[in-house]
Amino acid sequence: MSLGLSKPTSLLRNPSRVQILQRVSTRQTRWNSLSQRPGSDRVHFPGAVNSKFTTQLAFEHPSTHPAMPTYRVMDSDGVVVDESRKPSGISNEEIVTWYRNMLTVSIMDLIMFDAQRQGRLSFYMVSAGEEGIAIGSASALVPEDVIFCQYRETGVFQQRGFKLSDFMNQLFANCKDEGKGRNMPVHYGSGKLNIHTISSPLGTQIPQAAGAAYALKIQALQDPNMAPRVVACYFGEGAASEGDFHAALNIAATRSCPVVFICRNNGYAISTSTLEQYRGDGIASRGIGYGIDTIRVDGNDIFAVREVTKEARRMALEDGGKPVLVEAMSYRVSHHSTSDDSFAYRAKVEVEDWKRRDNPITRLRKWMQQQGMWDEEKEKEARSQIRKDVLKAFAEAEKEKRAPLRDIFSDVYEDLSEESKRQMKELGRLLDEYPEEYDVSGFEGGRKGLSEP
Amino acid sequence: MVTSRLLRPASRLLTPSRPFIAPIRSVLQPTASLPAIVNRRRYATPSGVKEVAVRDALNEALAEELESNEKVFVLGEEVAQYNGAYKVTKGLLDRFGEKRVIDSPITESGFAGLTVGAALAGLHPVCEFMTFNFAMQAIDQIINSAAKTHYMSGGIQPCNITFRGPNGFAAGVAAQHSQDYSSWYGSIPGLKVVAPWSSEDAKGLLKAAIKDPNPVVVLENELLYGTPFPMSEAAQRDDFVLPFGKAKIERAGKDLTIVTLSRCVGQALTAAEQMKRDYGVEAEVINLRSVKPMDVEAIVKSVKKTGHLMAVESGFPSFGVGAEILALTMEYAFDYLDAPAVRVTGAEVPTPYAQGLENMSFPSEDLIAKYGAKLLRV
Repeated sequence: MSLGLSKPTSLLRNPSRVQILQRVSTRQTRWNSLSQRPGSDRVHFPGAVNSKFTTQLAFEHPSTHPAMPTYRVMDSDGVVVDESRKPSGISNEEIVTWYRNMLTVSIMDLIMFDAQRQGRLSFYMVSAGEEGIAIGSASALVPEDVIFCQYRETGVFQQRGFKLSDFMNQLFANCKDEGKGRNMPVHYGSGKLNIHTISSPLGTQIPQAAGAAYALKIQALQDPNMAPRVVACYFGEGAASEGDFHAALNIAATRSCPVVFICRNNGYAISTSTLEQYRGDGIASRGIGYGIDTIRVDGNDIFAVREVTKEARRMALEDGGKPVLVEAMSYRVSHHSTSDDSFAYRAKVEVEDWKRRDNPITRLRKWMQQQGMWDEEKEKEARSQIRKDVLKAFAEAEKEKRAPLRDIFSDVYEDLSEESKRQMKELGRLLDEYPEEYDVSGFEGGRKGLSEP
Repeated sequence: MVTSRLLRPASRLLTPSRPFIAPIRSVLQPTASLPAIVNRRRYATPSGVKEVAVRDALNEALAEELESNEKVFVLGEEVAQYNGAYKVTKGLLDRFGEKRVIDSPITESGFAGLTVGAALAGLHPVCEFMTFNFAMQAIDQIINSAAKTHYMSGGIQPCNITFRGPNGFAAGVAAQHSQDYSSWYGSIPGLKVVAPWSSEDAKGLLKAAIKDPNPVVVLENELLYGTPFPMSEAAQRDDFVLPFGKAKIERAGKDLTIVTLSRCVGQALTAAEQMKRDYGVEAEVINLRSVKPMDVEAIVKSVKKTGHLMAVESGFPSFGVGAEILALTMEYAFDYLDAPAVRVTGAEVPTPYAQGLENMSFPSEDLIAKYGAKLLRV
C-alpha cells in the first residue's frame, strides 16, 4: 500500500486529499533544509536537530528529573479536587451506567473465579482494581473506533455493549460463542463492537494497533467523507517490556498513526513488581523518548481516565494523525489469573490495604453519594440485580450446546481444504453408519451440523 | 553405495566416532532379538533406586550445575522469587542468591539476547522460557545469534548456553500455547536439541546441556513435570550425565520399532504392552532423548531386527520429527523395511481448545497401538 507521496500529480484532482497530504508532508520535511551554519550555537546533525552545543560534560540523570505528574479529577474520597475541572456535560444516567458496568465486571469476576475453582471452566482472569481504566477509557471512544485489548479489559467489552450472555458464551465455549469455542476463556472478541480478538502472546497487539491505525489513516485519506477514527490499544506495564512495545511506539510515531496507547500500570506482571520490571519513570517517560504526546492519569479516577482518553482521541486525529500514550496508574488487587496465587510474592495486607483505601468503584460511589444520586439502598439493589443477571446468563450459557460439528474443520483456511472435505465426508459416513456409537446431540444441529453451511 | 550415502547431508547427523556400518544382512534373513525382558523397564525398586518427579530431577540438575560451576546462572521470568512458573527452579534463589538466579522483566527477546550475550562473554547461562511458545518472541536470538555465532566468528566465540522450558501441548490452553518446537530447533545447524521423557533423561540431559560448550535447547514437557520415575543410584549422583545423540531402548522387541520422544515415549510403552496383550507382538520402543544429533544408528539397528518402523511424536505432521525419522530410515535402512514406515503425529490443525478435540489432536495409546497393528497387519 502506498501513501501516494511519490506521485503527487495523480492526487491533484482531489484538493482535499492534497491538503491532507501537505499536512502530512510538512511533518516529514525537517531534514530538507538541514545544513550546519557557520558560527551557529546549535548542532544540525540529521539525528538531533536544534541541539545546543555545550562545553559542560554532564550526563542526564533520570533521577534528577521530577516524575511525570498524575492527572486526577477527584481524590480517593470521591471529592473533586479542583472545582474548575469537575465533571461536566455528562448526564447522571450515563454516570450510573458506568458505575453499574464497573459493578458488573467486579461481580462477574467473583462468580467466574469461583466457577473456575469449582472446575466449571478451565481458566479465568479478573480485573479487580482496574475497572475504572477500562470503563472510563472506553466511554470516551466512539463505536467506530477500533480496539485492541490485552486480557484484563473486561470493562472495555462491557462498556462497548458486550452482553453478559456474550461473556458467558465465550467462557463456556458454547455454540453461541463468536470464537466458535476455539480460544481459552477471557479471549473475547467482537467484530460488531470493533474489538479484535484477544491474543495470548504478550505485546503482539501493540504493533498491530499501530498498523490498524495506519490503515484507518489511509482509509480516511481515500475517503474524506468518512468520519475519522482512532485505534485504542490496551496493555499492561509488563507487556511494555516486550520488544513489540518499543517497535510499536517507534513505528506509530514515525508513520504518524492515529492510535491511543493505553497502558494499565497495575504494579505487577504476575509476580514481577514494577521495581523489577523497569527503572525509568513508569511507561509514560518512554513516550517522550519516542516523540509521542504522553500523559499519566490516576486509573482509579474514572472521570480523569475518561477526560484524558477523550482528549487523547482528539489529539490522535490532529495533523493527519499521531500516536498518543496514556499511562493509567492502578493496583492489581486480583491474582494474575486463576493459575496464580499472588500471596506467594506479596503480602495479603498490602492487597487488603489497597482494596480498602483506594478502588475505582468505591471512589465513584462516594462521588455519586455526595451528589445525592446514589445511596445504600440503590447499591444493594444494583448488586443483587447484577448478581442475578450474571447467574442467569451463567446458567443459560452452561446449558447451551457445543458448536456444530462442521466447526471441527472450518477456518483453518479461508476455504475448506480438499483433505478436510474428505475427512468431513468420512466422519459423516461413520456417523450415519454407527449412529448408536456417536452421540452428537450435544452439538448444535446434531448430525446436520456437519454439513457445510 | 556406502560412500554415496555418506556424502548426503543427512549423514552428517551421524556422530563421527561411530561410523556408519553398511548393512550386510539380507531382508529375508530372519531377525533375531534379545528376550524382551532384558531391556524392559522395571518398576520394582532394587536398593538405591528412588522415585523422583521430572520437576525435581530438573531442579536437582540445575542445583548441581550451579553448585559445581560458578559460571552457570539461571535467568527467566518468574524463576527466582516465584520459584518458577512450574516450580522447576524451586529453592534455587534461596540457595544460590540473586546473582545466580535472576528474575527477568517480560522481554523474551531481551532476556534471551542478554543470556546469549553472557554466553558469548564466557558465562554458561541457563535461559528459562515460561513455555517455548513464548520463545517465538526470542527465536532470532536463539537461531541467528546463539546457533550461528561460533561458526561465523571463525570459531573464536563459543556460546555455551542452555535454553529450557516446557514444550508442546498441555491441557486446555488453546493453539497459541500448545505447539511442539522439536522440528523447528531440530532443523538448525549449530544447535543441539534434546527432549527428555523420564526423570533420568531430564537430569542427565539437562546437566549435559549445561556442560556442553554449544547452545542446547532442552524441550521439556509440562504434563510430565509431576510424573515420578524411578531413578537409579548412578543417576542420583552429581556426576551423572547422558550423552547427546544416544537413544535409549526403553523396551526391546522383535516385531516393530517405535521411535519416539518426550511424553510420547510413555504412551508408546503403554501401547506396546497393549499390542502384546491384544496381538502377541513385541514392539521395541526407542526413546530418542536427543533430537539433534539424532541416533540414526540405533534406529537402523532396530529396524534391521524388526523390519517395521513407526515414528510417534506430538508435533504437526508436516516437516516434523516423524518425517525426519522416516526419511533417515528410508535413506539408511530402506532394504530392511518389510512394510512402508508410518508416523503417528499431532493433527494438522491449530490445537483446539475444546477438550474432546484437543484429545483427538495428539497421539493416544490406543491410536499408537492401532497403527502398530495396522502396520504389522495383525
